[in-house]
Amino acid sequence: MNTSNIIALLRKEFLLEFRQKTSLASILLYVLSIVFISFLSFKNGIKPDVWGALFWIVLFFAAINAASKSFFTESKARGIYNYTLYHPTEFVVAKIIYNILLLWVVSICSVFCFSWLINYPVQDSLLFLFTLLIGSTALAGALTLMSCIASKTGNSYSVMSLLSMPVCIPVMLMSLRLTRNAIDGLEWSVSYNFLGGLFLIDVIIITLSLFLFRYLWKE
Amino acid sequence: MKNWWWKIAAIALVLYSITMGFMGNVPHLNILNETIRNLYFHVPLWFAMLVQMGISWFFALRYLNGYNIKYDMLSSRAAYVGGMFALPGLITGSIWATYTWGKPWVAEDPKLQGVMAAMLVYFVYYLLRALIPDAQTKARISAVYNIFAFIMTFVFIMIYPRLAPSSLHPGNGGNPAFGKYDMDNDMRMVFYPACLGWILMSVWLLNVLNRMKKLQYNLDNDEKIN
Repeated sequence: MNTSNIIALLRKEFLLEFRQKTSLASILLYVLSIVFISFLSFKNGIKPDVWGALFWIVLFFAAINAASKSFFTESKARGIYNYTLYHPTEFVVAKIIYNILLLWVVSICSVFCFSWLINYPVQDSLLFLFTLLIGSTALAGALTLMSCIASKTGNSYSVMSLLSMPVCIPVMLMSLRLTRNAIDGLEWSVSYNFLGGLFLIDVIIITLSLFLFRYLWKE
Repeated sequence: MKNWWWKIAAIALVLYSITMGFMGNVPHLNILNETIRNLYFHVPLWFAMLVQMGISWFFALRYLNGYNIKYDMLSSRAAYVGGMFALPGLITGSIWATYTWGKPWVAEDPKLQGVMAAMLVYFVYYLLRALIPDAQTKARISAVYNIFAFIMTFVFIMIYPRLAPSSLHPGNGGNPAFGKYDMDNDMRMVFYPACLGWILMSVWLLNVLNRMKKLQYNLDNDEKIN
């Protein structure tokens, strides 16, 4: 494993992102339209606990959208070229770091969409920020691996969401509970064990992805 | 003949647990009353499922270490057997819940959520296997998913219920501690044989399915495995 290779791969990802600005824009547009639809569907305003649930569902599907790009766009020829240059761990580390950063951006943007179009009922913003960062890190780790698996099956996007849903349930439930605590502005001591649990899940997911990726990589 | 004894033991133990499960003495506890007999069926079925899923996970790891298709067969068959045991486990649980908790599905209970997540994982696993035509790719990809999903499910079943407040299941907080079941010695005499019997049954089923799969493979391919 070589740090300069990881940096080179990351640089490639960011360059691609900036050259074809459509990809990030499409995810943000997706979030914006879903938030607008949900705003229209709830006639009598959205209650705080519904807000939390809605937020994580929107974020989950936006995350699937965002992370599915990480392997579907790789062509076979470029894949073979990559095998000659990098170690699989370098490759997956770069992908995961990139997806984590991408999902952080997406989640912060979703918060802005929600607070602009619906409302922002969260009382403890710092706890909510921590939940967002840790939760979307776990999502990024799991979805990177799932996107690689889904890209091998041929029919991509629907398989991707099917594969990721059951494995992301623990992450979603923990994040939801933390979000509810943040909305109600509860004491931090109530949330410590959930924050710890979520962080533990982060570590488990990323370790597993690093370990398992080498078996998926080559044809 | 030498490999028969455990199959006979499986039949004997299951028959014993069914007979004694309906005939034996049980303590008459509040709310539970006679429904406590379901303990002899519901819990052993889940144990058998967990054992099968553990076997499936173990052989998925074995497969990735050397890509021997034999281990993939075992791993995938064990996942199927686990699914087969999960279904009656779920049904007996629902029947029990109807008479003790008042409704067949209590969505707030973290254990039920965990079970649902586990079942979803394995249904997706079957789907994933059905989607990939090539045998070696199918084996490799599904082994990776199996390992990842098993650990996530394990996290969900073991960690989440301990963080979440109260489960309706005995051993509050989702901790399946044996000591907390309200069992007396009469019941233990039936419960442990029932667990062993159903686990042996599931292993037997796995054995049969695996042999069938092997025969199928040897018919279809030139290179034989044994």
